[in-house]
Amino acid sequence: MATSSRLDARIPQGSLEDKWEKYKSTVPLVNPANKRNIEVIVVGTGLAGASAAATLAEMGYKVKAFCFQDSPRRAHSIAAQGGINAAKNYQNDGDSVHRLFYDTIKGGDYRSREANVHRLAEVSGNIIDQCVAQGVPFAREYGGLLSNRSFGGVQVQRTFYAAGQTGQQLLLGAYSGLQRQVGMGTITMYNRHEMLDVVKIDGKCRGIIARNLVTGELERHSAHAVLLCTGGYGNVFYLSTNAMGSNVTAAWKAHKRGAFFANPCFTQIHPTCIPVSGEHQSKLTLMSESLRNDGRIWVPKKQNDTRPGNEIPEDERDYYLERRYPAFGNLVPRDIASRAAKERCDAGYGVGSSKLAVFLDFSAAFHRYGQGEANKNNITNAPESQILEWGKAVVKEKYGNLFDMYKQITGEDPYEVPMRIYPAVHYTMGGLWVDYNLMTTVPGLYSLGEANFSDHGANRLGASALMQGLADGYFVIPITVGAYLAGEIRTGKISTDHEAFVQTEKEVSDRIQKLITIKGKTSPEVFHRRLGKIMWDKCGMARNEEGLKEAIAEIRALREEFWTDVKVMGKIGDFNPELDKANRVADFIELGELMCIDALTRDESCGGHFREEFQTEEGEALRDDENFMFVSAWEHIATEKWELHKEDLVYDNIKIAQRSYK
Amino acid sequence: MSAGNMRLTLKVWRQSNTDTQGGFESYNLDGVSPDMSFLEMFDILNEQLIEENKEPVAFDHDCREGICGSCSMFINGRPHGPLKGVTTCQLHMRSFQDGDTITVEPWRAGAFPVIKDLVVDRDGFDRIISAGGFVSVNTGNAQDANSLPIPKENADDAFSAAACIACGACVAACKNASAMLFVSAKISQLALLPQGQAERNIRAEKMVAQMDAEGFGNCTNTHACSAECPKEISFENIARMNREYIGAKSSSKGV
Repeated sequence: MATSSRLDARIPQGSLEDKWEKYKSTVPLVNPANKRNIEVIVVGTGLAGASAAATLAEMGYKVKAFCFQDSPRRAHSIAAQGGINAAKNYQNDGDSVHRLFYDTIKGGDYRSREANVHRLAEVSGNIIDQCVAQGVPFAREYGGLLSNRSFGGVQVQRTFYAAGQTGQQLLLGAYSGLQRQVGMGTITMYNRHEMLDVVKIDGKCRGIIARNLVTGELERHSAHAVLLCTGGYGNVFYLSTNAMGSNVTAAWKAHKRGAFFANPCFTQIHPTCIPVSGEHQSKLTLMSESLRNDGRIWVPKKQNDTRPGNEIPEDERDYYLERRYPAFGNLVPRDIASRAAKERCDAGYGVGSSKLAVFLDFSAAFHRYGQGEANKNNITNAPESQILEWGKAVVKEKYGNLFDMYKQITGEDPYEVPMRIYPAVHYTMGGLWVDYNLMTTVPGLYSLGEANFSDHGANRLGASALMQGLADGYFVIPITVGAYLAGEIRTGKISTDHEAFVQTEKEVSDRIQKLITIKGKTSPEVFHRRLGKIMWDKCGMARNEEGLKEAIAEIRALREEFWTDVKVMGKIGDFNPELDKANRVADFIELGELMCIDALTRDESCGGHFREEFQTEEGEALRDDENFMFVSAWEHIATEKWELHKEDLVYDNIKIAQRSYK
Repeated sequence: MSAGNMRLTLKVWRQSNTDTQGGFESYNLDGVSPDMSFLEMFDILNEQLIEENKEPVAFDHDCREGICGSCSMFINGRPHGPLKGVTTCQLHMRSFQDGDTITVEPWRAGAFPVIKDLVVDRDGFDRIISAGGFVSVNTGNAQDANSLPIPKENADDAFSAAACIACGACVAACKNASAMLFVSAKISQLALLPQGQAERNIRAEKMVAQMDAEGFGNCTNTHACSAECPKEISFENIARMNREYIGAKSSSKGV
């Protein structure tokens, strides 16, 4: 097997530990006078986009930033709950850059690129420094130093957090940096704008076509480099923990203009979400992985047990994660915890009215923390009820907002009865293929954060998404983009009157025109639901050859139907969320087909990709390293036609093993 | 499509764009389930309108888990509806009765012009942050995070202020359409932390000046803002902002 000649990952020479340091000292630079004449477009203002835009503007580039929300501060990074990893070793528990690197590669089930992941671990500490300097109010101990907690797949405490709102605080930090530059005139912000295509001139990315979502007008914007920081595509499943507006459109347009799409079938199903309550459900809500620090997951030992959780005695409970994985217990990685929950529910042990839920129980934590408070205050004879009260107060401080949210959504009080949880689509490890510089296969077009594929392999560890988004934006792209832009100092201003802009805008305009004139009978929402059902049933937590083949045929039929029967209300030149949605759903349908093709091609199980045909006797994922230790990078050729290019994964610094958390 | 059996009458503000006159339209809605969120109830209304070939109601929403600050409905005379500490997206229909008439309006404030139906323009908030809601530290200039111990109490207070989601409920709740709770939350967060000290004075002056320039009103101490804030941002922050502002003005170099 050899890497396709079309893929050059541009990994620097040298030992793993030296690559990034050496690269930083030798990468071409752009002098300050030239930076002022170089324009960079940043699409998306989540952690990756906001941090990249702010940093590039600080360095002197002219930046234009785009988001579809009404403010850059509302990008969905804001909803990340539990925390951000960094190899600081503040807890003196043996953490190091190498350990974070190793945990991430292993957690990703040996399907990510060594050099990128090591760089991520190297810059992780700087992220925390930067955020603290901005005034991000991380949780602290009484001595005034930063507090840490544990996340899944890891045996050290390296997760920094701000209650259950870490993403919010980090994003507001990056957003404040961005707004500071907006105020200084070095960033022009375009909110309520959606990127609808990439413009290429002579093979290079030279700009974008964006739609003003308030007026409906199409706009041409040119730049010397374009950064897509547009997040993941979990909403292809309709129900996910993503925001309603999260979509694949920007990445998909780039894909159709020549950017290869890598490992599209690698999606993360998060084990602890609030279960679906009915047909009306529009989205799913996560209960942070940090809850697994203190909550214990169990189901009744008896099938179809309908007693409320708090009435089932201790010896009739099956703490199945602790039973199956004693070394990591409730803190096994997400893919493993999700499959274990599905296995129990499929076997008839599920709880709640739908029977598609397991318990996440804090009663032991209430007792443990309450006892700790009693000890701290030298109280030796407190009644159990008092101890539980104190314990609940401690838990409230750690996770109060999550408990409130659970109560609000389910109508049940998790301080009194165990939470019911079930896995849900959460994150996509796949994304646009990028080289070490984060550049896609289109020169000048980059992809950062969840939108690219590079760091998490087949399964992402908890608290690593925030780390990657900010690493890419604050510390990687500001350096690597120089390698390309140093060659652009003579290009000068790029005219948007160029034929390529005219032609691309016309193609976008024609498509919008087509969407609105079909005037069929079915709303975009209904198509989206139908797509989501196909994807969840046949390309979800477990997949098999037969189901995937059916799914591909069904999705193709759905696409045909969409383009003859979609009903889009409203006008083109107007604020029209229905039109925005139709545009996004059309792209999700095409992506769904590619995801199923990718899942069908990968005849192995790894991380979040579980093919039922390939499992061990204990039901664990069975990798095939001999035949599948590669990145699948798909090139779009035509409708229903893609070509697969493979990038071999080479592990020089890690011993490959079957992942074990037992 | 839903198993619910609540029947509601909705009086919803409809307005084509900023420049045209708006008005209320009434809609009857059946089959609402108490487990639906308020926005899911609006999804059903919109599906019904589309079936009737009518234009669906435009409203801002995104995360639907109470953190992005997009949703902004003024429900029965209260921002985000009847519950305390809850955004519209986290409000569920079990908080209403079968047969209720529910009135839904956009945020009403001169500084928040209506874009369409229930969607308003909150760009003023971003401009206020641009005026001074930051610490001027370029990427790459930070010292080790633990070299600056911060008393837990201060860090916790700063966090409570930083929990603001910039939804604008405070402005909508205030009879003066004042944005002081929003502005003071950011000023407080940074005033409480050592990182914010260097720019403490100039920040207070510039943010308040921008707030005034946007046309937000003044504070007359009714406390409606913090009573209606879905993140329960404390009114104390406004007192702190006033102290910061007066202190800054007394030594002002004329920003």
